[in-house]
Amino acid sequence: MIVSVRDRDGAPRGIPVVPVDAVGAEERAAFFAKRSIKAKSKLDLLYLAIRMMDLTTLEGADTPARVRQMCRKALQPAAPALTEALQKVEGFRPIPSVAAVCVYPLLVPHAVKVLEGSGVHVASVATSFPSGQVSLKTRLLDVREAVESGADEIDMVINRGAFLAGEYQQVFDEIAAVREACAAAHLKVILETGELGTLDNVRFASDLAIGAGAHFIKTSTGKIVPAATPPVTLVMLQAIADHHARTGERIGMKPAGGIRTAKQSIQYLCMLYETLGPAWMNPDLYRFGASALLNDVLRQIYRQYTGRYYYDKGYSLD
Amino acid sequence: MTKTTAKTGRAVPAPSAAPGLVVDYAPSIESDKIVTIAPRQQLYIGGQWVKPVEGRYFQTTNPATLAPLSEIAEAGAADVDAAVRAAKRAYDRTWSKLSGRERGRYLFRIARLIQERARELAVLETLDNGKPIRETRDVDIPLVAAHFFYYAGWADKLGYALPGVKLAPLGVAGQIIPWNFPLLMAAWKIAPALACGNTVVLKPAEQTPLTALKLIEIFEAAGLPPGVVNIVTGAGATGAALTAHPLVRKVAFTGSTEVGKTIARSVAGSGKKLTLELGGKSAHLIFADAAIDQAVEGVVNGIFFNQGHVCCAGSRLLIEESVAERVLDKLRTRMQKLRVGNPLDKNTDIGAINSTAELEKIRRLVETGKQEGARYYEPENITLPAKGNFLRPCLFSDVASSHTICRVEVFGPVLAASTFRTPAEAIAKANDTPYGLAAGIWSEKGSKVHAVAAQLRAGVIWANTYNKFDPTAPFGGYGESGYGREGGRHGLLPYLEVVP
Repeated sequence: MIVSVRDRDGAPRGIPVVPVDAVGAEERAAFFAKRSIKAKSKLDLLYLAIRMMDLTTLEGADTPARVRQMCRKALQPAAPALTEALQKVEGFRPIPSVAAVCVYPLLVPHAVKVLEGSGVHVASVATSFPSGQVSLKTRLLDVREAVESGADEIDMVINRGAFLAGEYQQVFDEIAAVREACAAAHLKVILETGELGTLDNVRFASDLAIGAGAHFIKTSTGKIVPAATPPVTLVMLQAIADHHARTGERIGMKPAGGIRTAKQSIQYLCMLYETLGPAWMNPDLYRFGASALLNDVLRQIYRQYTGRYYYDKGYSLD
Repeated sequence: MTKTTAKTGRAVPAPSAAPGLVVDYAPSIESDKIVTIAPRQQLYIGGQWVKPVEGRYFQTTNPATLAPLSEIAEAGAADVDAAVRAAKRAYDRTWSKLSGRERGRYLFRIARLIQERARELAVLETLDNGKPIRETRDVDIPLVAAHFFYYAGWADKLGYALPGVKLAPLGVAGQIIPWNFPLLMAAWKIAPALACGNTVVLKPAEQTPLTALKLIEIFEAAGLPPGVVNIVTGAGATGAALTAHPLVRKVAFTGSTEVGKTIARSVAGSGKKLTLELGGKSAHLIFADAAIDQAVEGVVNGIFFNQGHVCCAGSRLLIEESVAERVLDKLRTRMQKLRVGNPLDKNTDIGAINSTAELEKIRRLVETGKQEGARYYEPENITLPAKGNFLRPCLFSDVASSHTICRVEVFGPVLAASTFRTPAEAIAKANDTPYGLAAGIWSEKGSKVHAVAAQLRAGVIWANTYNKFDPTAPFGGYGESGYGREGGRHGLLPYLEVVP
């Protein structure tokens, strides 16, 4: 089946409705947890996980100082003493910066100030994150302001109410409008899969978002439980694979929320590798939205190098 | 297509051609230190390890390394006779005298001990058989324990198996099992036989006797009375002596159709009860309205599970023509990700072909397939270990019903794919085989699944999944796939007779 929508120029576009067998998808997703990743492969994936991380703070209590502190962590994930300890290990590779920080629009200028010229991107959740329940006009204004303040990546939320009501044209139009408002900034479209209810919906929302111009599709705001899960991520990766097979275009993926351990991140990366292949194993096409993951990855890197754990207070808090 | 933002001038992560990371999973080898294998192993008769009368031994090897593992006693007719007599004695004196509840206690104890020693059994099975540790660890051994648990529960409830009918055990069961699921097949045979009150003489496959012999340690630890289970190792002649023995009341065989026919002839007219679980050429149907990505996974699991050494393997793929190319493309891409190699590596998906003879047979059939003109694909990115019985998984497409690979059981990681246009054609093609063990249907339309399933001649039909096993579900075939059912309540009946 195909749902037809019209794009911004009024031209008809077909969005395929691809059914998902939930039992099979869950079983396949669970398979990646059985991969046993060791030695250099493990270290490679842990480093990659850092380079793919969107270090995130999205609290009502966020302040410029809090954001500046997190930006320092983004630039230099390992505290100097930890780096010093690791430098004694033979073959040590410097710990890279993360991919981006992700903050509310009001805090973008503060992040930009710290990160300017560093290569670490500034992402902002716009479109009245996390519910998106305000007028499109307001959401677009939110996006423009974030971009003008220096965000070069925008994480938008889709209109789940409209999606669940079957108003696919509206969802499509809103995404397309946000994409336009993003101008040169990169657009990640949050499906908020925890509110979509079925993997069939996750798959169709993925195809709809890709069709409307998403650079990335992203699972969750992190404000709804469940956030990212392996089955949901797998289904989204499969939508990306099919789009690539059809058009040759590579869409990015960002699971966000609930990924807290290095082990989980490795399982997600195995899933990525075995579903989309090596081309996607890069921060331009895959991100982790996480606030608590970074230190555990550092912990496991230290262990991988030395065979033991660094003391708990050796990791910086931010 | 790199873009920059006006404000920061930084590069935006546009869809890039930047090379990603190639991950070559480092080996993650399960240690074999947990297993001890005696260099020479005897027959187990009447609760004793007994040397074979004729003094002959054969070797069992690790198919992944071709290294010898152990020397195994070869049971001759005299040994088989002793084993059957021991079983008969145990039946008459102890086992048939126990209450169902008592028998159930032994079976529960065995099941628990299997769980406790699961890792050891998994490693041993992988060493002897060549199948990946991931499968022995996650599939074979848990199912072995599950079978004993399940039939333990039946032991004191046989009076309710067929309401209003009084049932009694038969006596000595002669059981012959194959090399593809050595311990699991032993469990399928032994658990219901003991639950029903029979005693057993088991002949494991000559390629893979080690786990069945290890199971004896567990039986002894559980205190199972001597003679209740006896093991005679050997090849075809040993099996023939067992099925021919006059004191055997019940013969259960899992293996090739060819041998099954011989056994059926040999027991004809003897009054022995017989169940045969034989070969298959099972059809795996994908309709256009299926969830394609999951169907592709199902196909992979259907044919590449256990190196394709599965009697119910979904070896004939039938795809609705309108989606065939899409399915095959996805399947080829997916096959490139299969990891073939050291079975003890936890990341191995496909292990070693069980024996050199089997490997040669599969290669011959693949050659025939190529010669007969089907389109051949194997993922060439897969590198095989330099030593051992390894084979790349492969896919034949454009297969016609007349092709050898569409009719003959290959029993290896070889898939034959062809297409259909309508449900009626799909059903006709699926049933176009002398076998009838299993079938799979992929469609998101429930009414279609039910309508098609009702018309397939196969003992097991999976809908939107494949190769799912459960001790509560009966398993068995139609036609040349054999007769009788194992598993579930149905699995009790071959080990019981109706008391008039």
